[in-house]
Amino acid sequence: MTSRDTERPLGAEVVYERPRALADVVTHYCPGCTHGIAHRLVAEVLDELDVAGRAIGVASVGCSVLAYKYFNVDMQQAAHGRAPAVATGIKRVHPEAVVFTYQGDGDLAAIGTAEIIHAAMRGENLTVIFINNAIFGMTGGQMAPTTLVAQKTTTTPRGRDPARAGYPIRVCEMVSVLDGAGYVARAALSSPSNIARAKKAVRKAFESQLGGYGLGLVELLSSCNVNWGMSPGDALRWIETDMIPVYPLGVFKDRSEAGAEAARMEVAG
Amino acid sequence: MSGKVLMKGNEALAEAAVRAGCRFFFGYPITPQNEIPEYMSGRLPEVGGQFIQAESELAAINMVYGAGGAGARAMTSSSSPGVSLKQEGISYMAAAEVPGVIVNMVRGGPGLGGIQPAQSDYFQATRGGGHGDYRTIVFGPATVQEMVDVVGKAFELADKYRTPVVILGDGMLGQMMEPVVLPEPIDPASLPPKAWATTGTGGRRPPVVINSLYLDAAECEAMNRRLQAKYREICAREQMAEIAFPDSEYFVAAYGTTARICRMAIQEARARGHRVGLLRPVTLWPFPAEAFETVIGRAKGFLTVEMSLGQMVEDVRLVVAGRAPVSFYGRTGGVVPSSDEILIEIEKMVEGGGSM
Amino acid sequence: MKGLVFFDEDRCKGCGLCVPVCPKDVIRMADRINVRGYPPAEAVEPERCTGCGLCARMCPDTVIRVYRQTPARAGKG
Repeated sequence: MTSRDTERPLGAEVVYERPRALADVVTHYCPGCTHGIAHRLVAEVLDELDVAGRAIGVASVGCSVLAYKYFNVDMQQAAHGRAPAVATGIKRVHPEAVVFTYQGDGDLAAIGTAEIIHAAMRGENLTVIFINNAIFGMTGGQMAPTTLVAQKTTTTPRGRDPARAGYPIRVCEMVSVLDGAGYVARAALSSPSNIARAKKAVRKAFESQLGGYGLGLVELLSSCNVNWGMSPGDALRWIETDMIPVYPLGVFKDRSEAGAEAARMEVAG
Repeated sequence: MSGKVLMKGNEALAEAAVRAGCRFFFGYPITPQNEIPEYMSGRLPEVGGQFIQAESELAAINMVYGAGGAGARAMTSSSSPGVSLKQEGISYMAAAEVPGVIVNMVRGGPGLGGIQPAQSDYFQATRGGGHGDYRTIVFGPATVQEMVDVVGKAFELADKYRTPVVILGDGMLGQMMEPVVLPEPIDPASLPPKAWATTGTGGRRPPVVINSLYLDAAECEAMNRRLQAKYREICAREQMAEIAFPDSEYFVAAYGTTARICRMAIQEARARGHRVGLLRPVTLWPFPAEAFETVIGRAKGFLTVEMSLGQMVEDVRLVVAGRAPVSFYGRTGGVVPSSDEILIEIEKMVEGGGSM
Repeated sequence: MKGLVFFDEDRCKGCGLCVPVCPKDVIRMADRINVRGYPPAEAVEPERCTGCGLCARMCPDTVIRVYRQTPARAGKG
């Protein structure tokens, strides 16, 4: 069944249709997985900024490994954790391109920590879409560096015990102290209002690249209802009740506006 | 003046890469190849290129993957431990058919090893090195001039076959200075366009993807068969070797720095009346079996000499296939064999009628 | 302001995230299953839809299209 985009009611104003930059395919993501929302927000922003024609995306390894099938833009598939390095190579060859990575928490915050820190250190004009769902999804629910304390996973069967498995890693806070980071924000995909705010953050992360302010990173708290063992709706509530207290939402850095936060960074820098 | 300049191996190689149209270099410090990133850091900006000292050799090869996949001539260099970190990235380049040049100034190993020259990464370079059924083209230059010449060839073949190409040097080749004639510079803009590269659709064409993920087993196998067909073509067309004194009865098989030392031993052996020649692979993969076939008929024995404990000797045995005795002599860990040591082995080979 | 909402039934994975976000309770999970074997979301009382688009914003699989018809045109049907 193909989507019926073309069947618009006569004379009606479009409120919502599939963004052009999003491929017209049904994704492999589990029912209720908010990866699909994140994909859509990226595509909507690419359309609104009218840059899909010069966008080059880098897919990572994890549940979103197939992201290269879901965007109507040129894409490269990177080795696990290496998307920021691959994207750096692309951006240096095509500085006028709009280069973005789409990475999960295992990819960015576990194996790829060095790559994201150094892409930010270098101030690469890239956009990083970072999906934090506090678990390794694709491989069946293992602990991720972003797994919460006491959260049960297949590798923390009695709950994550900091004495043995450490503490949740807060990527936005880490990256935002690097001078090369231009925009760093965390948002959540847990409700329509949070999704609206998330879209603004995604757009700002692209504008950071377009404006040459340095690395634009947006961390999106996302659900993994299947591996969390919850219904899709309960999973969204869990984001708000359990994840947000550990991962506070907000803008951690925005060099495009000399806001207080950014000013303080400049002084400290 | 024939346009010769006295240059250190590492620097000559870097300059040759720039002249071959390489505008993107991603490296990381490791002795004995540091002069390559150092040289590139100053030189590339002069030609509108990009140099990055990456956070690791592993990040560097992934930058080559990105830049190569975006259509550029890109290179990275390192030495043994650093090259080990690149193997995953090289496997991805092979599978996604991304061109790029990887330089390994080999040093004594394994582990942290030493910093003197060695050839103990031969297996890693010629057997693929990372996971999966793939090979990379591998050059084993023996002089600074030849190193300069194979750089241009490496970029040419990388683009021609859309594959990673390895240049296997060693600490000595990288550090020594020799007079060289540098190639005429190529303007990268003059290179043929790459429709498969990720440049942005411009809204004018469907998206292209640089990818090595094949979750469907049959599709993954089909990808592998495409690679194998490519490798067969490379084997048929790109073998390179030098034979000195082809009418000899005995041959020393050696490449790179070791081959130069063997030349001296061979000259002394010939002076003593032994009919010994040198068979020097220039491409280590594809292994130059054709060159061996031209001499196997009358050869009474082969002595393989390496700065390792025996790696290329296995390929020599494979090609000779029992038609003549193949013996081995090697030093490793950074120890460079002397021509006297090799002369003793040559005489053992000749006196023993080439017995094992 | 008249809203028009369309569900591409066979894309739906039956996750139900759209149901609770509709301010007018227009949406329900159907009791039949679609080609994928999931019970799709459907508009039970489409006439109450105001075209706010929250359901489409919440949908992970771009199943939902939303339009608004200005009253004048709505009159002509």
